[in-house]
Amino acid sequence: MEKKVLMKGNEAIAEAAIRAGCRHYFGYPITPQTEIAAYMAKRMPKIGGTFLQAESEIAAINMVYGVASAGLRVMTSSSSPGVSLKGEGLSYLAGADLPALVVNVQRGGPGLGGIQPSQSDYFQATRGAGHGDFHMIVLAPASVQEMAELTVKAFDLADKYRMTSMLLADGTMGQMMEPVALDDLKINPMPEKPWATTGTKMERKRNIINSLSLVPEELEQFNFARYEKYAEIERTEARAEEYRMEDAEIAVAAFGIASRVSRNAVDAAREMGIKVGLIRPITLWPFPVDPFKRSLSTVKKYISVELNMGQMIEDVRLATECRRPVTLCNRAGGMIPTPEQVLEAIKAAANGGEQ
Amino acid sequence: MSTTKYLFSGFGGQGILFIGKFVAYKGLIEDKQVSWLPSYGPEMRGGTASCSVIVSDSQVGSPIVSNPDVLVAMNLPSLDRFESSVVPGGSVYYDSSLIEREVARKDVKAVGVPATRLASENGFPTLANMILLGKILADRGEFTEEGIRAALGKVISARHADMLEVNLRAMQLGANYN
Amino acid sequence: MVVFKKPHALSDVPLHYCPGCTHGIVHRLVAEVIDELGIEGKTIGIAPVGCSVMAYNYFECDMIEAAHGRAPAVATGVKRANPDNIVFTYQGDGDLASIGTAETVHSAARNENITVIFINNAIYGMTGGQMAPTSLPGQVTQTSPYGRDVNLCGYPVKICEMLAQLDGPEYLERVTVNNVKQIKNAKRAIKKAFQNQIDGKGFSLIEVISSCPTNWGMTPQAALKWIDEKMIPYYPLGVYKDRSAEKKEDEQ
Repeated sequence: MEKKVLMKGNEAIAEAAIRAGCRHYFGYPITPQTEIAAYMAKRMPKIGGTFLQAESEIAAINMVYGVASAGLRVMTSSSSPGVSLKGEGLSYLAGADLPALVVNVQRGGPGLGGIQPSQSDYFQATRGAGHGDFHMIVLAPASVQEMAELTVKAFDLADKYRMTSMLLADGTMGQMMEPVALDDLKINPMPEKPWATTGTKMERKRNIINSLSLVPEELEQFNFARYEKYAEIERTEARAEEYRMEDAEIAVAAFGIASRVSRNAVDAAREMGIKVGLIRPITLWPFPVDPFKRSLSTVKKYISVELNMGQMIEDVRLATECRRPVTLCNRAGGMIPTPEQVLEAIKAAANGGEQ
Repeated sequence: MSTTKYLFSGFGGQGILFIGKFVAYKGLIEDKQVSWLPSYGPEMRGGTASCSVIVSDSQVGSPIVSNPDVLVAMNLPSLDRFESSVVPGGSVYYDSSLIEREVARKDVKAVGVPATRLASENGFPTLANMILLGKILADRGEFTEEGIRAALGKVISARHADMLEVNLRAMQLGANYN
Repeated sequence: MVVFKKPHALSDVPLHYCPGCTHGIVHRLVAEVIDELGIEGKTIGIAPVGCSVMAYNYFECDMIEAAHGRAPAVATGVKRANPDNIVFTYQGDGDLASIGTAETVHSAARNENITVIFINNAIYGMTGGQMAPTSLPGQVTQTSPYGRDVNLCGYPVKICEMLAQLDGPEYLERVTVNNVKQIKNAKRAIKKAFQNQIDGKGFSLIEVISSCPTNWGMTPQAALKWIDEKMIPYYPLGVYKDRSAEKKEDEQ
């Protein structure tokens, strides 16, 4: 039997990153993700790695940019206000086609906001992490085991596509402990990176890591090429979990902690005879459009359950081409919906459907 | 299929998170699905701390316990705050040496243990939490020395292995309290 | 007999700098030093944002273009990834002393084993001549059209003096390149800053007082003279910190 240990979500991310070959971590303390930094501070010196507490989130993401340029696996982690500061670096990483892992253990905002769990950085992660046309691969774990698995996956995808992967978690996922089987993690070897700036050794032409391009015709071509890559990712990398969807007439869409709450509500509603299921996006970008499209054959109503004022709901509407009503069931500012609240939303949808 | 939801609460420093972790690990050892979720933030520095633990035969959905089957209250603010949230038929364990009032609810099982007093009388003043925990496990028919040693071995770091016996004694004291 | 040739580490492309700009001289000095130390194959340069933004095209070693002010943080990442690489940043005054002040101060405080070439020409060149953190009191720029009023926009930032207060950095020196003698001295300083890194001594910063005839509104000759008359009195040349030398003195 696999050996399971209880770990906090934040610690599972850190340990999984180390197992995935990450030996460089840069960060700045911010609740509720500081356990990642603390774990790295303890472990990295013992395995020949680098833990460095940067002077700011801005410096941290640029240190990440440096290590990524050198072709090594590297990560930073923060929480919402800190991720805003990293926005500049995220754009540069995209412009220079560098692979890296950025973790956002979200808290409520805007501004300094609070420190309790939130999903209100969905737009930031999937649409507007920084200036310019670009995407990040955004993964949304819903268990501590997934915190570990998706960390490994995030490094693989980042290297495969030469882009930033973001793990979008929240305070609950970071702080909770669950059993984790770390030895089950499948670690793939890192691909060759002939583009990395490691010194020419006077044997090859210089490598240049750069996002500046003053000729608009050229810059347009770079953007076109990058979006062809994004299109391939949208075709091949979208992931979702479908729960009790076979005959569902109502579908709840939720990711991360919201999906855990929704699962309870779906089970309770099923016991009451309501045909309801759950679609849980695991990748937020690319958004898993297919399960939603397929669900249109049975589903009459969708409910988007979120810890924000309604952000993913837009992607649910886009994925279903606005052909069905989509309602929002939410809490915000650090509050978490209860299974009862979601159940009420399901019941309301079911009753409305009979009228 | 059974699921037990625990809510542990008290002052920061009373070992609330620790007994939560014990219960989660004990469940893990017994091949159950478990989750442990602390309250976090300023309250961990002296205010009221709480922690949700779920032990289940099936996959744990929300890790947040808003209606516990078992409430552990180690101070009055915690009992005041959480008493009404306990499911009917659930149980409330409280430290009766720190909480002078009775549990008002009549539809729950209320068990007061003077844990803090017993702890200091017996020479382990920091282990009131373990005394209460021992009582809970005994009441639930889950008190076996073997099982408790195994779980203690998981939650007590190797560095503090010498603390295992005294923790066990505190739990036995609680288990035998009537 | 070859008496003068392009250093190998300098790329064979025309530089985009204005006539009379001293960036070209400093580029050449850096490239000569890289050649002389035989480190081109393991050197990584970090270019800034500003006039020298395209420095990544001008050196033959591996190059990285950083965001505005972030070169020392990027250099930190590169150096921590591969400590055997020789890593230098090349930054202007807006980049290093304004938007990137935190990165400058903290990489110095950490004594990151990197080499920083700091071009101080008291103006933002690339954007067309705005006030820099190092613009002199009274200096007329596009954004200080009536002269820098220290009551409104404060005093210039003296980087070498400021960083010298830290225990971290290994070596801080201010030089200029407005005549042959000064150019030779600047090269000596730059070489020492790279040698320090090779020797594992830590953070070395060479501030080069430079000219910007275009945005100063002067002829190249007048600009070089202005360095002597205005810049150097405010920014005195010399060594501001040399920890190894201080240590030696202590031991004696």
